[in-house]
Amino acid sequence: MHFEKVVFSFFIVLALTLNFGFILGEIENPAHHPVYELFAVILVNLIATILKFGDRSQMGAFLLSTSLVAMLQLGAAALVWVIAIYTLHLPLAGGVMAMIVSLAAGAFLANLISVILLLIEAAMLRR
Amino acid sequence: MDSIVYLIFRKMRQPLLVLIITHALAILGLTLIPGQDANGEPWRMGFFHAFYFVSYMATTIGFGEIPYAFTDTQRLWVLVSIYATVISWIYAIGALIALVREPGFQYALAQRRFVARVRRLSEPFYLIAGYGSVGSELVDVLTDRHKHVVVIDADPKQIDLLGLQNLREDVIGFAGNAADTQTLLYAGLQHFCCTAVVALTSSNEVNLKIALTTKLLRPDMQVICRSDSASIEANMASFGTDHIVDPFETFAMHLTMALQSPGLYLVRKWLSSPTYIANAEPIYPPLQGKWILCGYGRFGKSVYERLTNEGIEVIVVEATPEVTGKPHHDFVIGRGTEAATLIEAGVQDAVGLVAGTDDDVNNLSIVMTAATINPDLFVILRQNDRRNQAIIDAIDARMVMQPSHIVAQSIQTLLATPLLHDFFTVATARTDDWACALVSRLVAISQDISPAVWETTLDANDAPAVAEQLALGQLITLDMLVEKNQPSVTGLPLIPLLLARDEERLLLPEGSTSLLPGDKLLWTGPQSVKQRLMRTLLDAEQLEYLLTGNIVSRGWIFRRFFNPR
Repeated sequence: MHFEKVVFSFFIVLALTLNFGFILGEIENPAHHPVYELFAVILVNLIATILKFGDRSQMGAFLLSTSLVAMLQLGAAALVWVIAIYTLHLPLAGGVMAMIVSLAAGAFLANLISVILLLIEAAMLRR
Repeated sequence: MDSIVYLIFRKMRQPLLVLIITHALAILGLTLIPGQDANGEPWRMGFFHAFYFVSYMATTIGFGEIPYAFTDTQRLWVLVSIYATVISWIYAIGALIALVREPGFQYALAQRRFVARVRRLSEPFYLIAGYGSVGSELVDVLTDRHKHVVVIDADPKQIDLLGLQNLREDVIGFAGNAADTQTLLYAGLQHFCCTAVVALTSSNEVNLKIALTTKLLRPDMQVICRSDSASIEANMASFGTDHIVDPFETFAMHLTMALQSPGLYLVRKWLSSPTYIANAEPIYPPLQGKWILCGYGRFGKSVYERLTNEGIEVIVVEATPEVTGKPHHDFVIGRGTEAATLIEAGVQDAVGLVAGTDDDVNNLSIVMTAATINPDLFVILRQNDRRNQAIIDAIDARMVMQPSHIVAQSIQTLLATPLLHDFFTVATARTDDWACALVSRLVAISQDISPAVWETTLDANDAPAVAEQLALGQLITLDMLVEKNQPSVTGLPLIPLLLARDEERLLLPEGSTSLLPGDKLLWTGPQSVKQRLMRTLLDAEQLEYLLTGNIVSRGWIFRRFFNPR
């Protein structure tokens, strides 16, 4: 068992599961989408991205790019949240929440691809 | 490019992880701990405000407790957070600065800049490996002629020196091991503008490797190598290295030319230096009598061999014969800088002196001491360092020879006009009277400054008009090209120095020589006349007039109605 591999896969899978948890529920209902969960998703994704740094292999490049996509989507979701509440003083329920969740759903897809790539690599591993 | 990004990513991974985790914990804590607003109502900090607060706390900017004053519970958490985040922040910044200052990172940066600059080159350039005394001379000589040069040297100090030189062209330099193929590739070995590779490092083996690499990757590329070992030379020649330069041998050959054929020596000096002011009188060293040679190192040995081959009596003065070895007879132990040694060597009745040690100060001292004993001595002074030019000029030596300059000059000749090299090889066999006659012809055509020297090949590329006429079977002689066959034109002040036809080398070809397609010609003459000749070679109408005296009609109507043909 390789400890580095365990940590690496742990964060990638955790990013996916947390992301899934956040988008699960009625799309326009703020009660189904807690802000702490979004915070956790962003944090874990950030850690996963940094763990992928410096890997020169082809697979490493793909993994890094999926993480960057996820970060972009999640960053946009967080920004929408902040702007809606603090600058525009809009209620969360309704359109704003739907927008945040759909952005996070995009990040979910990117994280899913990331995990699939991880599985492919694991399947190809010959040692 | 890639290596730098990956270097940063790899080294910064841990600091960034620590930074993110401490920040995340601090933010999370702030959002969870209940606070109060200005009216004492319960209030909780959102992620937005928490992120804002932690950002300026960690970087020690510290705008204060925003938006409302903190409760004591919050302050307790902030107290813990300050130490955690500030330390992790400093750790990350420190790691980044350490990375930037790391020699490996600096090297990667320099290499990246170098590769980018070489890639951007869009004009022909020479790749020179080794920036020692010969290398720097060669770079000087080439940049004086506005050639582009890429230099690699294993010693970073030498490359730093390159930046300090006052060169006419921008030279791209890189400190790297030239024996490493990758370094050569970075330096543009595969670049389509690279025209020649010159290997001048002090190690014969490295030069051999460079030559081999070049011939394998670019078989058509011209390769010139420095070598002072016969076995390495044979090895280099075996796989087609174009020219192998032995600095000691080249210098001795030069010296022999000066002794044997002063006229040819003058011609050489004249034709191979762009700024040399014409001095029409050859210098004649005395060949009858005894010569004294100070210094019996590698240079000294080559010189000794050449002089004795000339039948000159040579007395060697050498301070450490146990290191350098000694000739079979006629030698004196000593430096030559003291009068006693020189007198022992017989300076009173000697005719010539070669101050040939590898130390300029000693050489000057030898010359000055010898001149006080025998003022009529013919002195040849070896100059090792060109920075000593001022003191060398101050002493009145009859002949100054700077080995690195001579070698650089001959390499430049090989690069720019290989036929000139052939010319001197063939011309050494001629008598001095022949050379003196050439000197007076050169004086007649030149206008105070050195004439230009150039090569032309009679093919579709260099001389399309001539090639076309030759292909039609038209007879063209040299006289026609230099405009001497028509009574209405005066003829160009040009001298065809050499005609190369396959393996044959024809020295100073006659005007009546008829030309064949593919002939190579070496010309000398003023720069302005060169342009004129070029026009004849390119312009079919001009050539037609010179050949037949007819002015060809231009345009279809003129040709149709006014041309009787």
